[in-house]
Amino acid sequence: MTAYILRRLLYAIPIALGVSIVCFALVYIAPGDPLQTILPEDASAETIEMVKKAYGFDKPIPVQYAIWLGKVLTGDFGLSIATGRAVTDDLFKALGNTMLLATGAVVVAFSLAFVMGLVAGYHAGGPIDRGVTGIAVIGVSIPNYWLGIVMVIIFAVELNVLPATGMGPRGSDTFNFWEWDHFRHLLMPLVTLSMIPIGIITRTTRAAVAEVLNQDFVETLRAKGLSEFEILLHVVKNAMPQVLAVMGLQFGYLMGGSILVETIFTWPGTGFLLNKAILTRDLPVLQGTILILAMIFVATNLVIDLLQTMVDPRLKRS
Amino acid sequence: MSDTAKKTPLVRLEDLNVKFVTRESTVNAVNDVNLTLEAGEVLCIIGESGSGKSVSMRALMRLLPERRTRISGTIEVDGKDVLSLKGAELSDLRGGLVSMIFQEPMTALDPVFSVGHQIAETVRRHEGCSYDKGMERALELLELVKVPSAERRLKAFPHELSGGLRQRAMIAMALSCRPKLLLADEPTTALDATVQIQVLILLRKIQAEMGMGVIFVTHDLGVAAEIADRVAVMYAGRIVETGTVQEVLGNPKHPYTQGMLSSTVHGNMRGKDIEAIPGSPPDLRAMPPGCSFAPRCKYAEPACTAALPPEVVFEDGRMARCIKLTPSAAPEKELVPA
Repeated sequence: MTAYILRRLLYAIPIALGVSIVCFALVYIAPGDPLQTILPEDASAETIEMVKKAYGFDKPIPVQYAIWLGKVLTGDFGLSIATGRAVTDDLFKALGNTMLLATGAVVVAFSLAFVMGLVAGYHAGGPIDRGVTGIAVIGVSIPNYWLGIVMVIIFAVELNVLPATGMGPRGSDTFNFWEWDHFRHLLMPLVTLSMIPIGIITRTTRAAVAEVLNQDFVETLRAKGLSEFEILLHVVKNAMPQVLAVMGLQFGYLMGGSILVETIFTWPGTGFLLNKAILTRDLPVLQGTILILAMIFVATNLVIDLLQTMVDPRLKRS
Repeated sequence: MSDTAKKTPLVRLEDLNVKFVTRESTVNAVNDVNLTLEAGEVLCIIGESGSGKSVSMRALMRLLPERRTRISGTIEVDGKDVLSLKGAELSDLRGGLVSMIFQEPMTALDPVFSVGHQIAETVRRHEGCSYDKGMERALELLELVKVPSAERRLKAFPHELSGGLRQRAMIAMALSCRPKLLLADEPTTALDATVQIQVLILLRKIQAEMGMGVIFVTHDLGVAAEIADRVAVMYAGRIVETGTVQEVLGNPKHPYTQGMLSSTVHGNMRGKDIEAIPGSPPDLRAMPPGCSFAPRCKYAEPACTAALPPEVVFEDGRMARCIKLTPSAAPEKELVPA
């Protein structure tokens, strides 16, 4: 098992390098010039040259990449062009906020969806199954930005029971677990963000459970005299690899922070940060954020891979 | 002790009917089956695919999907009325009093648990012991079924074992709670010929040691000859002939049994054509009246399709369902092709 984990870690290195190249290059492929946003339109050629030099834009792109990568590896993502602050500080603060929201959504969505999918799959074809599948379809089909706006209209504007935007009172951008008001701010973004994962994971779980229940070994378990609960434990373990794969993907998406949801609720997370960085062509922020998010995705996949192999020993051979 | 003292057989099936009901049609999978099995006896049920052998076995343990299945008649195992058992009583019976070996050990074992675990949880379920005790018993059982280096195999997953070892593990699991009745649903069909005979010998040996009653389902007459005391031949959900293995395979009475025997390959057949039974079994959704084998029978006459042939019982206890047979010891009628 240890050898397997080490091998998987080694495989992750070229993936991470590839991702960093794409992150770096992506921003250059996009049209527009970051200098336009910080320089006045009538800046002289010398000024432009000077600023270019200061940010390292005068060197060839491969050299820029090498310098950037070297700094990134030491935890230095450079300075934001728009604000002049260190990207690392802004980035990790935003990441913490998104992580809070994402973790909440993961706990709510994954547990709810897993239970619903399990029940529906167990009663596949029956009225409960149809009901749950209906809910799941609604969950995937409703655009979450629309749901967010509608919820703001209902709960903030009409009923005035929940705050419409922000992370806490007085424009706070850190979360205080000891203050109830922060949880009231968390509620609507959390529900909005949970809808799609609930739909997707419910459907995956339902399909996996129904499929496993049709396999021959379930009859053997019945013939051994196991209770329905014990049989269900076997079924869950068999269905788990498929469910884990989808959960991993959803976790990755949630960590990326939904640009739309965070913008609607002005939640100061990575999605919000990316949105601002795109609008201001803030290259260092964009590159750093995208890279970190992509790394989280790679790491999630790695963890899911390892979990899957622990659940299903057959996967280790391939 | 007088011989008249009534011994209850281990298994008693009376007028067993199994129907699968769907919106479009009803499949008559098992029709009026009567069968008894004494303790310690090995009965082989022979028949082609779809003749109702496996369905009868599953009905015995109530393993058929309840929603779509209608079972009627009597099923008694060791004096227990199986059809009236509920909830925990039923799961006590399954794996405890009666256990089952399935045809395909690859798919019949859970792929994500070790074979040791799968045996141990059965032991824990029925004997109420700890999991560790169950594991110890699992090791003993693997040794009993002659799995080499059993200690290592205990932790193996089904995909890590060969077909023969997998089936041995399956047998160990079935034997784990010392059942009085073992149901074997074509347990050797999926195995190589050499492994097949090893598994058969093992089963026969363990059966004799433990004194279990065994119902062994197969379509392989060679297997039946190897393991059975008594044979029941099934066709289209009915038992058409029963008797001891020597009688039925040596001197078949029912035209279907005769046809089946003459369509198997055996010694000195080079150059001769195998005599296959023409046609195919009847549609179980619309059973013909009368003898269900009549459409394929070379001895058939109009009377055959008029009414269901009665069970003709011979004085040695053999039974066959054919109107051309007479029950007495009177000189037997010679069967003449119509």
